[in-house]
Amino acid sequence: MPVEIDIAKVARLARIGLTEEELAHYGEQLQGILEHAARVQALATDGVVPTAHPLPMVNALRADLVEPTLDREEVLAQAPDREGPYFRVPPFLED
Amino acid sequence: MDPADLSIADAAERLRAGEVTAVELLAAVQRRASMTEAILHCYLTIDRDGAAAAAEAADAALARGEDLGPLHGIPIAVKDNMVTRGVETTCSSRILSGWVPPYDATAVERLRRGGAVIFGKTNLDEFAMGSSTENSAYGPTRNPWNPDRVPGGSSGGSAATVAVGSAFGALGSDTGGSIRQPAALCGVVGMKPTYGLVSRYGLIAFASSLDQIGPITRTVADAVTLFEVVAGHDPSDATSYRGEFPDPRAESGRGVAGLKIGVVRELSGDGIDPGVLSAFRATLDALAAAGAEVTEVSLPSTEYALSAYYLIAPAECSANLARFDGVRFGLRLPGDSVEQLMSASRRDGFGPEVTRRILLGTYALSAGYYDAFYGQAQKVRTMVIEDFSRAYRDVDVLVTPTSPSTAFGVGEKTADPLSMYLSDICTIPSNLSGDPAISVPVGLDGADLPVGFQILAPALHEAVMFRVAEEVERLVGFSSRPALATSEGAA
Repeated sequence: MPVEIDIAKVARLARIGLTEEELAHYGEQLQGILEHAARVQALATDGVVPTAHPLPMVNALRADLVEPTLDREEVLAQAPDREGPYFRVPPFLED
Repeated sequence: MDPADLSIADAAERLRAGEVTAVELLAAVQRRASMTEAILHCYLTIDRDGAAAAAEAADAALARGEDLGPLHGIPIAVKDNMVTRGVETTCSSRILSGWVPPYDATAVERLRRGGAVIFGKTNLDEFAMGSSTENSAYGPTRNPWNPDRVPGGSSGGSAATVAVGSAFGALGSDTGGSIRQPAALCGVVGMKPTYGLVSRYGLIAFASSLDQIGPITRTVADAVTLFEVVAGHDPSDATSYRGEFPDPRAESGRGVAGLKIGVVRELSGDGIDPGVLSAFRATLDALAAAGAEVTEVSLPSTEYALSAYYLIAPAECSANLARFDGVRFGLRLPGDSVEQLMSASRRDGFGPEVTRRILLGTYALSAGYYDAFYGQAQKVRTMVIEDFSRAYRDVDVLVTPTSPSTAFGVGEKTADPLSMYLSDICTIPSNLSGDPAISVPVGLDGADLPVGFQILAPALHEAVMFRVAEEVERLVGFSSRPALATSEGAA
């Protein structure tokens, strides 16, 4: 079954900056894998309820208690860039 | 006997008899590692200082009469996708190079509370995506039985270290067979528990509805021990099982007489290598001779399980790995905008298999394709679960070979992702259903490579699975060890 893929759009959605050459390479591989995966479409699944999760459980709740959190300095020590108690990134809102 | 070759049970007994110390057990695995690591590369990090301190503390506690249980003083390895406070955790990815987690995974914390000595962090396919431990940014792990072969994956470092004796046991994680397949290829025991029995808190997520932590050991009894230590409800994992935990030893020692064992027709004939099939069938004969009722069972939807898995797992991975954005931790490349920063960091940080699966999952979840791919795969998942339920009306356990082949050559399948994916065909169905499964070594093929026998049981029925596993182990009596594990071979 032919599968249509706009690989540049997919890579953009995934936030992975690929070159033209890489896009072509991955596009071709995805084509092969998806054609195999598309076999699932051949199955008659009318009336079958999809399973998102193996356990029949919903809404795990716990008591609303204040508990210790991670140490701020220990967490920020792993930041690629920081400014005081903040993670520092390039501006993402134009003024 | 070199203490490094003892089972966990034997080491624990000698420790309490005063015949060996935790410091000596640690020295034994360190010696074995120093003789084999240059060839095998099981470890990304060996925590010499942390392990030494833990071993000394374990001896001191025992001397005071404090006994923390069966893992007290035993060196255990942990797959490097479980976070360890203060010890680098990379997931075999460049994007986490140098990352030192600020907390312990619950499974790791439970090991520590049980007195285990955490020896090091084992190599894996990047983010646990792969079946050969070749997709590691830090180089592949080799198979102790033959270093030209892969150890399987993704928990290849954990399986190889247990096989060669540079750890007494290890934790792996299993999303589509990542504990059981490497255990089979390395000739050790590997078990995936019922989904939810072991907390996923601190296990760096690949596919959250499929991932489960489990033990890799040299004996079935050791697998039960390690499983019991890490299993338990955890409020930090919203998917942690909340019911009563069944006793995995409830059926131990009862033998297999009268048990109904179903051989999965679709996974034990076509596509399975002759060397694997012959060891598999010999084991079935031994079980039948011991009084089990062996019948053939059909699970028609397993034909579609692999396809469904390669839509569901990448879909969940594409969402889970969105957190690696170069902002709060991990690799960051410069960019003029946040989007540029993220795209550049993720491009350089992720290897080819991870990139491929993120793209695949992004596509399967994107508008216009969701119903045809992801939605349909979720329905196939339901059909797999229904097939299992039907089968378990007639049989107590199901069995298959763990992997269609024994260890394949390094580089043999890396160029063709689909051929690599096919090596998980026997293990994937129980991840989709959430049921427990175990691989037990049952022999060597013509090339002297180990073959694994897989036992599947209904959810929460670990007891009957372990009961059959210990009987397979006893009946087959697989006791071969890789040449590298003997002091002559390693010298």
